[in-house]
Amino acid sequence: MTILRENLDTALETAGWTAVCAYTDLLPEEGVCVLVDGHQIAVFRTFDGDLYATGNLDPFSGAWVLSRGIVGTRGAEPTVASPMHKQVFSLVTGRCLDDPATAVPTYPVRLSGGAVEVRVP
Amino acid sequence: MTRLVVVGHGPTAYRLVETLTDRGFGGRITILGEEPRPAYDRVALTSYLAGKSAEDLTYPVPDGVVLRLGSAVTAIDRDGRTVTTADGHAEPYDVLVLATGSSPFVPPVPGKDLDGCFVYRTIDDLDAIREASAGATAGVVIGGGLLGLEAADALRGLGLETHVVEMGGWLMPRQVDEGGGAVLRGHIESLGLGVHTGAGVKEIAADDAGRVSGLVKPDGETIGAQVVVFSAGVRPRDELARTCGLAVGERGGIAVDDGMRTSDPAIYAIGECALHQGMVYGLVGPCFTMAEVAADRILGGEAAFTPADMSTKLKLLGVEVAQFGAMDGALDVTFMDPVTGVYQKLFVSDDARTLLGGICVGDATPYNTLKPFVGRELPGSPSELLFTGGPANMELPAEAVVCSCNNVTHGQICSAIADKGLTDVAEIKACTRAGTTCGSCVPMLKQILVKSGVEVSKALCEHFTYSRAELFDIVRVRGITTFSQLIAEHGTGRGCDICKPVVASILASLGNGHILDGEQAALQDTNDRYLANIQRNGTYSVVPRIPGGEITPDKLIVIGEVARDFGLYTKITGGQRIDLFGARVEQLPLIWKRLVDAGFESGHAYGKALRTVKSCVGSTWCRYGVQDSVGLAIALELRYRGLRSPHKLKSAVSGCARECAEARGKDFGIIATELGWNLYVGGNGGFTPRHADLFASDLSTDELIRVIDRFLMFYIRTADRLQRTSVWLENQGLDYVKEVVLEDSLGICAELDAQMERHVAGYADEWRAVLDDPERMRRFVSFVNAPGTPDPSIAFAPERDQVKPVLIPLEAVRS
Ligand SMILES: Cc1cc2nc3c(=O)[nH]c(=O)nc-3n(C[C@H](O)[C@H](O)[C@H](O)COP(=O)(O)OP(=O)(O)OC[C@H]3O[C@@H](n4cnc5c(N)ncnc54)[C@H](O)[C@@H]3O)c2cc1C
Ligand code: SF4
Repeated sequence: MTILRENLDTALETAGWTAVCAYTDLLPEEGVCVLVDGHQIAVFRTFDGDLYATGNLDPFSGAWVLSRGIVGTRGAEPTVASPMHKQVFSLVTGRCLDDPATAVPTYPVRLSGGAVEVRVP
Repeated sequence: MTRLVVVGHGPTAYRLVETLTDRGFGGRITILGEEPRPAYDRVALTSYLAGKSAEDLTYPVPDGVVLRLGSAVTAIDRDGRTVTTADGHAEPYDVLVLATGSSPFVPPVPGKDLDGCFVYRTIDDLDAIREASAGATAGVVIGGGLLGLEAADALRGLGLETHVVEMGGWLMPRQVDEGGGAVLRGHIESLGLGVHTGAGVKEIAADDAGRVSGLVKPDGETIGAQVVVFSAGVRPRDELARTCGLAVGERGGIAVDDGMRTSDPAIYAIGECALHQGMVYGLVGPCFTMAEVAADRILGGEAAFTPADMSTKLKLLGVEVAQFGAMDGALDVTFMDPVTGVYQKLFVSDDARTLLGGICVGDATPYNTLKPFVGRELPGSPSELLFTGGPANMELPAEAVVCSCNNVTHGQICSAIADKGLTDVAEIKACTRAGTTCGSCVPMLKQILVKSGVEVSKALCEHFTYSRAELFDIVRVRGITTFSQLIAEHGTGRGCDICKPVVASILASLGNGHILDGEQAALQDTNDRYLANIQRNGTYSVVPRIPGGEITPDKLIVIGEVARDFGLYTKITGGQRIDLFGARVEQLPLIWKRLVDAGFESGHAYGKALRTVKSCVGSTWCRYGVQDSVGLAIALELRYRGLRSPHKLKSAVSGCARECAEARGKDFGIIATELGWNLYVGGNGGFTPRHADLFASDLSTDELIRVIDRFLMFYIRTADRLQRTSVWLENQGLDYVKEVVLEDSLGICAELDAQMERHVAGYADEWRAVLDDPERMRRFVSFVNAPGTPDPSIAFAPERDQVKPVLIPLEAVRS
């Protein structure tokens, strides 16, 4: 996964990347859900402005809701808590910090101009 | 080498010698004991009749100590420093210790020396009583004190029909007052013992053979008995001291100073024979302390005896009796339950705040819980402490002794819990010895554990070390308006799903604009963030407010049409309104547009906020009703709608005492009276149901609203996260909350009033505010990059003519 803070120059490679929204569509410490090739991807912007992307499916409840969870930190790790039963996932690794046997997928996300792009394998 | 001579070998002498040898006393110890056996546990004497052997009761004798049994000392030559025994043996001493104990007092009644009369002090006495009882049918004990009742228990155990004769007006006059004595009497009589109080002894009657045949009372009545036991008190054995000219008390006892030294510096006196500051101690605890003090002095130390606590707690004939502190006071409070035979009395100072002492019969719990407060301010009103066991948050002082058997203080237990991370009673027992002997403090140990647990978890989460109530005050006093400011100044990290909603709720309670404005939106749990209730498939349910449960047919039709048009599953709630299920995020604004246009507003079913004020139909229609319950319910619901609180708030109003609205199951419930309204608070359904407590009676509507305003605001200020009013009220104590709200004991009511006025004035419908603002509306899409696309994962199936969610099997999800 890649985290890119500010507008980079134009030499970004475009293959495999999909623009999903404007950076300004994201609010600090909130998530949104985007649909890319039938995949539901939760995209988060942290307080510092960093971007993360994970799957939207909450593996504990089976509901597609992770983008609606509360974004915060555990220690230094940026996290999201499932809005259903509050299991906390690392935004960096996708691993569930309350149950390390469970994880959600993570996706590369970057800023290209004013646009947020994710890459779905 | 110092020659130490000890006269008497009872428990006190045993403890002295043990302490000296343990501490490496270098002199030579000689003990001269009158009884034919070494010292034994006199406290456990009665167990000898129940089958214990003399050996079982006997204390060990340390090596190197010379013990002369059956040798009563008859004279002390203080100039020649020698004692002489009855058999003519002379024993020189450098230091002499008198530990001669006491002897039973036998009143000078005719016949007291007859065959069949006994005292109850030594193993020999018990052997004699046992032998006499073999051929007897009835026995009588003279003296209804602690030892008399113990003797009576013994006679009963030996199969005798047993009577107790007490000169005083009631049993155990030294430990309990008249009321307690009466309750105790009930217990004793129910065991089949005859109790004769206020009765003296005229004489002990004899049969032709000169053996005891009965006890004649002054009124001439004779109690037939072949065994008589005198237990009319004890007298210190100070005869040796008197004859050799040592100072003795007017009413007996060998006078000693704080170091247990008599008027002759070479002679100490300890135990029941000693008189310290005018007191003779008849309990083994202080006697042991005296032995330790004397041992220390003999070894050159400075230990001093201080007047001892004479509190007693015992189980006599299966009845708990306890007395602690003073036995009178300016005021007293009594709890009495004649059915179970419980009598409890507390003596307090004239302002009813300081505990002076107490008496318990039948249930000695107050002894365990309140004895540590003697001489201190009580943690609650005396009657509350007796009737309810006191508020849950009763704080014990650190130096209060929790386990009297092993002398373990509250402070020691708390530090053991904290330092060693103890988590249960078994660990406390192993670590501190508290609770290992009689076990009566075990309930207390549990409470202490619970309390320290609560203290440990006071911190809200890893981001804030404060409790919710503390954060509330920080936000209020500092005028903080954003989470970022609060966490930057008073926390760490960037928050989590625990602290963010708490702070969101605090900010909302203090009136900081719309809950989706600016940063606040990111703090909200999903329900608040979408102003709807998330369901198991990720859809939401919608609940429009129907104040008091009153709705026009036209509005009912609108709800029906909306539900039909959006395909929502429809259900009537327990709070007298209608819940519409299965709405997708992007449908919520469309649904609400229709509802708001028809005059509905948010019902806050999603918030930790006021839910509904349920009502019965009341006096307008009901032939029993005495007030307009619907009118009041609507007024209250409109007043408190949108009020954010630590947990949800529910209310109800009933139009008369028949209580059809179930108001006493609510956080605040109102029941109409002929004169106005009764307010009940702290009710709860759910997991731990609780009936609400009466808070105030016969209020006018204005008074009622004022009281509820303050009650709610005080709760919002001080409760923990997700703490319903029921638990909060129990923690705070009903009386305390009454004082704050009804009497303004904290002087904050004006603030509470102003805060509620701000809430009422600042109320605006949250849903209308969303519909009016495109920025807020932006959140209501399933996919930002495909706003028109519904979430393909959401599917429904029919059930009973409506829809139900179709869920993906979890196994499929997890793999
Ligand atoms: C039945 C019973 C139940 C009790 N229950 C309790 C209770 O539950 N709790 C409690 O705290 N206390 C209780 N007590 C009181 C407790 O037993 C006494 O406080 C304790 O025994 C005092 O010990 P002592 O060594 O000072 O005196 P004692 O036990 O009286 O011992 C003194 C010894 O000195 C000997 N002696 C006396 N004069 C001479 C002499 N001139 N020469 C040689 N030897 C002499 C005596 O024969 C005796 O053996 C009870 C007492 C009795 C009798
Ligand atoms: S509580 Fe009283 S007034 Fe209300 S419906 Fe019942 S009977 Fe009627």
